Amino acid sequence: MKVGVIVFPGSNCDRDMYHVLQDVFKLEVKYFWHEDKLPKNLDAVVLPGGFSYGDRLRAGVIAAHSPVISDVKKMAEKGMPVLGVCNGFQILVESELLPGVLLKNTSLNFMCQWTELIVRNNKTPFTSKFKLGQTIPIPIANGEGRYYIDKQNLEKLKKNNQIVFQYGNNINDSVFDIAGICNKEGNVVGMMPHPERAVEPEINPKDNTPANLVFQSLIATIGARK
Amino acid sequence: MSLQKEELEYLSKKIGRQPNDVERHIVAAEWSEHCSYKSSKKHLKMLPNKGTRVIHEKGYDSGVLDVGDGYVVTVHIESHNHPSAVEPYGGAATGVGGVIRDILSAGTRPIALLDGLRFGDIKKDTHARWLFKNAVTGIADYGNCLGIPTVGGEVEFDECYSNYALVDVASVGFGKKENLIKNHAKAGDVVVLMGGSTGRDGIGGAQFASDSLETEDRSAVQIPDPFIEKLIIEATLEARNQGLIKAIKDLGGGGLSCAISETADAMGVGIELDVNNVHTREPNMKPAEIMTSESQERMLVITDKSKLPRLQKICKKFRVTCSVIGTVTGDKIMKVKESKTVLASMPAEVVANAPLLDRPSKQPSYLKELQNKKQPSSPKDLSKTILQLLSSPNIASKIWVYGQYDHEVGIRTVVKPGSDAAVLRLDNGKYLSVKIDGNPKHCYLDPKNGAMGCFEEACRNVICTGATPIGMVDHLQFGNPENPEIFWTFLESLKGITEFCKYFEIPCVGGKVSLYNETPHGPIKPTPLIGVLGLIDKNPLKPQKIDSGDILIMVGRTKDELGGSEYYEHIHGFIGGVAPKINLAESKNNMESVLSIIQNHDVKAAHDCAKGGLAIAISEIAMTSKIGCQISLDNTSDQKLDPAKLLFSESHSRYLLVVEKNNTKVVLSKLQKFKVPHSQIGVFGGNDMVFSFNKKPIAKVRVDKAHENWFNSLRDLVLHA
Repeated sequence: MKVGVIVFPGSNCDRDMYHVLQDVFKLEVKYFWHEDKLPKNLDAVVLPGGFSYGDRLRAGVIAAHSPVISDVKKMAEKGMPVLGVCNGFQILVESELLPGVLLKNTSLNFMCQWTELIVRNNKTPFTSKFKLGQTIPIPIANGEGRYYIDKQNLEKLKKNNQIVFQYGNNINDSVFDIAGICNKEGNVVGMMPHPERAVEPEINPKDNTPANLVFQSLIATIGARK
Repeated sequence: MSLQKEELEYLSKKIGRQPNDVERHIVAAEWSEHCSYKSSKKHLKMLPNKGTRVIHEKGYDSGVLDVGDGYVVTVHIESHNHPSAVEPYGGAATGVGGVIRDILSAGTRPIALLDGLRFGDIKKDTHARWLFKNAVTGIADYGNCLGIPTVGGEVEFDECYSNYALVDVASVGFGKKENLIKNHAKAGDVVVLMGGSTGRDGIGGAQFASDSLETEDRSAVQIPDPFIEKLIIEATLEARNQGLIKAIKDLGGGGLSCAISETADAMGVGIELDVNNVHTREPNMKPAEIMTSESQERMLVITDKSKLPRLQKICKKFRVTCSVIGTVTGDKIMKVKESKTVLASMPAEVVANAPLLDRPSKQPSYLKELQNKKQPSSPKDLSKTILQLLSSPNIASKIWVYGQYDHEVGIRTVVKPGSDAAVLRLDNGKYLSVKIDGNPKHCYLDPKNGAMGCFEEACRNVICTGATPIGMVDHLQFGNPENPEIFWTFLESLKGITEFCKYFEIPCVGGKVSLYNETPHGPIKPTPLIGVLGLIDKNPLKPQKIDSGDILIMVGRTKDELGGSEYYEHIHGFIGGVAPKINLAESKNNMESVLSIIQNHDVKAAHDCAKGGLAIAISEIAMTSKIGCQISLDNTSDQKLDPAKLLFSESHSRYLLVVEKNNTKVVLSKLQKFKVPHSQIGVFGGNDMVFSFNKKPIAKVRVDKAHENWFNSLRDLVLHA
């Protein structure tokens, strides 16, 4: 099973994600620079967190125009699992692989804290091992993490079962407490919190088993696809 | 500011002629107090810098410690006080950038940041509040963008910093020993300037920082760009992995003047450069401006001529500009040219080594007066006093600050901000515990014991995570050294730190001196800051939830040492009295005994007793677990002290251990065996923290109310005051 971690100039959670995929879940992982072509034999792609292009203009907007994104789009259309975490989510939104936008937090500050997610869709490649309504202790770390979408499109999200994660307590005034969503097909998932920071018991002050299911879901999905 | 008359004469004598204008600018930058340490260098030699773990390499700006299994930890501390006082956002951000590049220069990846921030009294001073808010945002925006976690630090407010700011940043790096860059060069090697363009920002920054802050010279403050810094970090580490870097130095204070002269001097070579080859941000910059600009995010790299194309390829990948600005020569001369014209030509050794000073010192007269001042009497309602102290900005939770810092990135942070020291996991299975501490209120009354106290406090914090201290860095911040009384406080602090280093065999692996910290109202209080690194082989002590029935044991004794306490200053507005002293033998015995007990996993939690005294230390434990406690003060001191003193004295060498009830005997008998003063002082349970004296309750505070005061007061002050 081969997973690609895409590195943009300014990505800073790429190494953390790589470590978790390789050392914790024993997957074959490869970095891809934002100018690289993606090989056909990839099983999944992760867009990690960070500050691509220093968040200039708006978080994720410049990276969304990277050469690699057109390959990501092509492979996403074919059903390949794609996960965007934090800045990766922002890039997925800016490249219109996912709907909505991520706005500056209402506090106008960067927020780094532990919170709780509730799983609302367990049909995606990253949530298939969860029970609906299951909670995940997980940290957030972002300055532009407030999800926004207009009413009409929110109804569409609900109808299509595209809301994947909600915050247990609305920490940043995201619309409908949304912390993570997927595309209509369900294979592209974006989330603001950092699952890679929650899977190892040593650095998780609460319970690391739920966060592990994000990656175990992926492994099960890739296995089933083969 | 330019060269002093004597310095000009010295320079002329050394080079055998009058220096020209460009040469004067170069030397003035390098011989500034900031770059040359001319007031302090003679005395800094007293600090012990050798140890079994210490690795020395020429030309390093950071300390290197061997942590075993082929890995090293690097550490450095710096301040950016003058710039932050004028432009707090940019000043604080570029302070972070500078110290990170020192870590990078050793060939290690920066893995953590800690920052110590000091401002005027934010309760009444809106300017101090503005400085505080913007400095925090500056640090957050810079560190977060780089993906380097800010894992610890401290924030303090004191009137002595009115209209001023102390912004200290420490950074820790980690890497393989074999990847350390061992600076070397030979004639014919290429000198490359990598990174941001050289602009007119930060010109004369080193001299600016070496003078009292009388004019707000904004052009001397550098402009931050964390995105370029991030690219430089990755490009540098990739070049290091490919073995393309022979020598490297960060451009900091003094800009090119300092980097070129110090690099050439450290390696015993000459460097010839052409200012026309430096990529600049704006046209028509004068050579002297190019040589002294302190524009940020620049690295000086020396590489083999044959390896240059590969280095350029890496820079191109990261879109980092890299200019070949000169070559290494064999003549030990620093030569600056503009095309064919030679603008400066001086021995690098002369430029890099300012004539050192031996400044006079004299004990300040204020010390005796302050010590003998009549001390305030105890308040009637001690419960109220405890609540007041918990909401003092110096004691209240700093969550408003560290909640803005990404402290998780890098997935190393095992013990997170908000407890004693931060703990990071290392790739060899060990753990690094880090803490910085300062205490200007103590140091003002007793610079020597105050400095030793800061040192011990940082050690205590590290000990409470189960770590053995393996090295320290110091940052010595004082007023104008030309004033003998101020210079005396500098020397006293330095002596204290040296004594402590020697007694505990903790090597000083790095440090910095910042002088001329003067505000319009006078000098700052002496503010030495100590950073301690501790190593844990396995199983750090992580914060655990405390349950009803758990027992509290205090190690150490409370003494009549209220001078400089938060209680005297915040509650009574009283500055004076006797500050806490360190008894080295007692300090060491308590420290080693507590560490042995923690490493044996006999305790659920350990906490050091510091600012605010016993009452605050106990409250912090209780509030974190949201559980009450019943505490007796009867057996906490050998002296006859009134309850307020027992609650709020800030005596050193004290630790609080939380022990499960059925493990109490084991811990008590060990403490007896170690012959450390200790007593079982209470039990956890209920919703109130109750303190009693002579078997009578003297203070009672609801834990939830205490928590509310402590948790919200700083944030409320910043956001709503």
